[in-house]
Amino acid sequence: MSNTPWLDVQGLSKRFGGLVAVKELALSIHPGEILGLIGPNGSGKSTAMKLIMGIERPNAGAIRLGGVDVAGWPAHRIARQGVGIVFQHSRPLHRQTMLENIMLALLPDSLWRLRADRALIARAHAIGERVGLGAVLHRYPNTLPFADLRRLEMAKAIARDPKLVLVDEPFAGLTAAEVGTFSRLIDGFRAEGRAVLLVDHNVKSVAALVDRVLAMYLGERIAEGSAEAVMRDPVVRRVYIGGAIETQVRTADAAHPAAPLLQVEDVTVFYAKAQALQQVSLEVREGEFVSVVGLNGAGKTTLFNAISGLLAYEGRVLWRERPLAGRSAAAIARGGIVQCPESRELFGALSVRENLDLGGQHQPPGESRDRLAWLLDLFPILKTRATQAAATLSGGEQQMLAIARALMMNPQLLILDEPTLGLAPVILEQLSKALHLLRETTSISVLLGEQNVTFALPHADRVYVLEHARIVWQGAPARFAVEAGAGYL
Amino acid sequence: MRRTGSWLWLVLLALVLLAALPLAVSGYILGVLTLAYYFGVFSMAWDLLFGFAGEVNFGPTFLIGLGAYAAGLLNTAGWPIPLCILAGALAAVLGGVLLALPALRLRGPYFGLITLVAVLLLQQAIVIFAGVTGGEIGLTIPDVISVDAGVNYWIALGFMAISGFLLFGLARSPVGLILQASGQDAVEAAALGFNVTKHKLAAFCISALFSGLAGALLVFYLGTASVGTVVDIAVGVQVIIAAVLGGRRTIVGAAIGAIFLIIAAEALRPLGQLSTLVVSAVALLAILFLPDGVVGYLLHRGRTP
Repeated sequence: MSNTPWLDVQGLSKRFGGLVAVKELALSIHPGEILGLIGPNGSGKSTAMKLIMGIERPNAGAIRLGGVDVAGWPAHRIARQGVGIVFQHSRPLHRQTMLENIMLALLPDSLWRLRADRALIARAHAIGERVGLGAVLHRYPNTLPFADLRRLEMAKAIARDPKLVLVDEPFAGLTAAEVGTFSRLIDGFRAEGRAVLLVDHNVKSVAALVDRVLAMYLGERIAEGSAEAVMRDPVVRRVYIGGAIETQVRTADAAHPAAPLLQVEDVTVFYAKAQALQQVSLEVREGEFVSVVGLNGAGKTTLFNAISGLLAYEGRVLWRERPLAGRSAAAIARGGIVQCPESRELFGALSVRENLDLGGQHQPPGESRDRLAWLLDLFPILKTRATQAAATLSGGEQQMLAIARALMMNPQLLILDEPTLGLAPVILEQLSKALHLLRETTSISVLLGEQNVTFALPHADRVYVLEHARIVWQGAPARFAVEAGAGYL
Repeated sequence: MRRTGSWLWLVLLALVLLAALPLAVSGYILGVLTLAYYFGVFSMAWDLLFGFAGEVNFGPTFLIGLGAYAAGLLNTAGWPIPLCILAGALAAVLGGVLLALPALRLRGPYFGLITLVAVLLLQQAIVIFAGVTGGEIGLTIPDVISVDAGVNYWIALGFMAISGFLLFGLARSPVGLILQASGQDAVEAAALGFNVTKHKLAAFCISALFSGLAGALLVFYLGTASVGTVVDIAVGVQVIIAAVLGGRRTIVGAAIGAIFLIIAAEALRPLGQLSTLVVSAVALLAILFLPDGVVGYLLHRGRTP
């Protein structure tokens, strides 16, 4: 590690309208050093990364790369200055093979390069091998799993031989084994003397890898130091942990089960040849809170989309003991099954209030006004954001808006698909409180799909475990840890 | 790669058959096909922008019209045909750059709107300066390349074939790859060090070059340049429908779509006003049920099981 930092950021600030996303940020990374930039959603860490890459332009401050101030430069010039980025979501060219996608990253920014020479193809091969894509280089991206697409992003970033690599949420959506592989790749960057910036939600996921951690909250640095020191830092602990999440056992009468509301019987779904659901059966009773837990790709979203009438399936779905087959998605939603999808699907250009009003379109005006007041009590942050465009909200606020909009539709069954996706612990706690209130004070039944077991269990009356398209376990949440917990991950 | 090879042989075979056509069919049919081939180039040039650079140019006739009228006007001023054609192509490229430079700064539908307005401006300019341009009646061109239907046919076919090979080759080259990346995800392309605006502007110039060349050649075939044949929005819409019908991002599909549209319109001419309606309805159905276009559908079917 040399003594002069390769990246040196001073006084960096960025405002979006009235919102200060990054405020007077200072950070530096030496060659061969890995810095973890962490912070909950809306803390400004992603904005800081975009400012360094030149995707956003700073309002003030200096970004020095090897002594050259690149603040305000366009992204392609900053990239050529030696900065590479691994995006969280991969967006490959789908009509090109994996190899051609890597070759793209190796091309010079020239209008006259009309043939790819052998040396370039050989280099693309070598990079593909290095990131573990050797066997699939001639396949098309849409035939490959998520982890391979992340590898492709990694390959494209290193193809340019950057001196600084920015990695956005390096391990999101990966299994434990894949996390190991990606850790080794990132560790390799350090060995090669590159400076690395890892952007993530929490210290834990990057602790083993980083030399130093910088924690952000509300656009400012709140702590910096070794991973252990930052984890012990009282300010960080308060921002992240807040109050502990407790388990709650429902006091209701369990001896007299309520009438069945939703019955899923032997539902099977295929995507082309791939089986996404295999004879899945489950049940939600009146007023019940049911959690379906499973890892990414287990089939949760497919199950919910089948129930909501968004895709074709074999088997039967019964709503109040009448089959739903043949009814449109809109009719099913008006009938009382409202899904709050994983991707949230907010109307980004409309304000918070307009999004909520749209959810209440089918309700009588008086009722919709009452619901709105109740929901703004449930999620007070939405009150202060009422006139703001939905797209400008932070991830946690957007999730709350998505849930509130679903509740505006007066559901009898609320389907929540991965509400915790990409959210920081402090937001999870707020969501958790809202779900608790929902369970205790309303008769709405909830079907919750989650990867995060600690979030899914406390409120649930019953739990199903979905694994590789099948239900592998069901029972009371209290029994989960003993009977299914070990095999879950 | 083998797929590309077999397609290439198929296209070559089709070209040889088409080249032999003047030996077998009437001058009338050759005339229709000659027009169709120039439209084929219009559509291919448009597909480079839409299919690869990801920019919807609602005004292909702005570029075509500039090429056609520049060539026609210079010919009336006494310039020889080859110089007029070159000047027409150059005028289209210049006009294209002047239009694209500010327009490419805008995101989303605004680029398309600007190109649409440009066509209306050109149309108005032609009408206002009727003394020079012939206005709504059209401009009569003193020279024609040839009066022989066969020669005109071969020139058009040869021009379309060469344009097609160049545009297809470009789209498949490393530069085409960068262009596709810029069209699909400008942020990621920039993060890989590519100047997205530069590549899109270059694509616009190339599209303008071929549109202008084709427009200029067309006026020397028709002997006239008029708003109704090379500038009107309806002509532009036909170019766009042809490209979408044939298959976005295929180049070759755009030419096939254009030839089909022109032939269909001609074949249905006995229906009178109804013919346009029938052709439009067929195009609408094809776009609704084959959004990737006919060629796109065939390619796609071959790839995914």
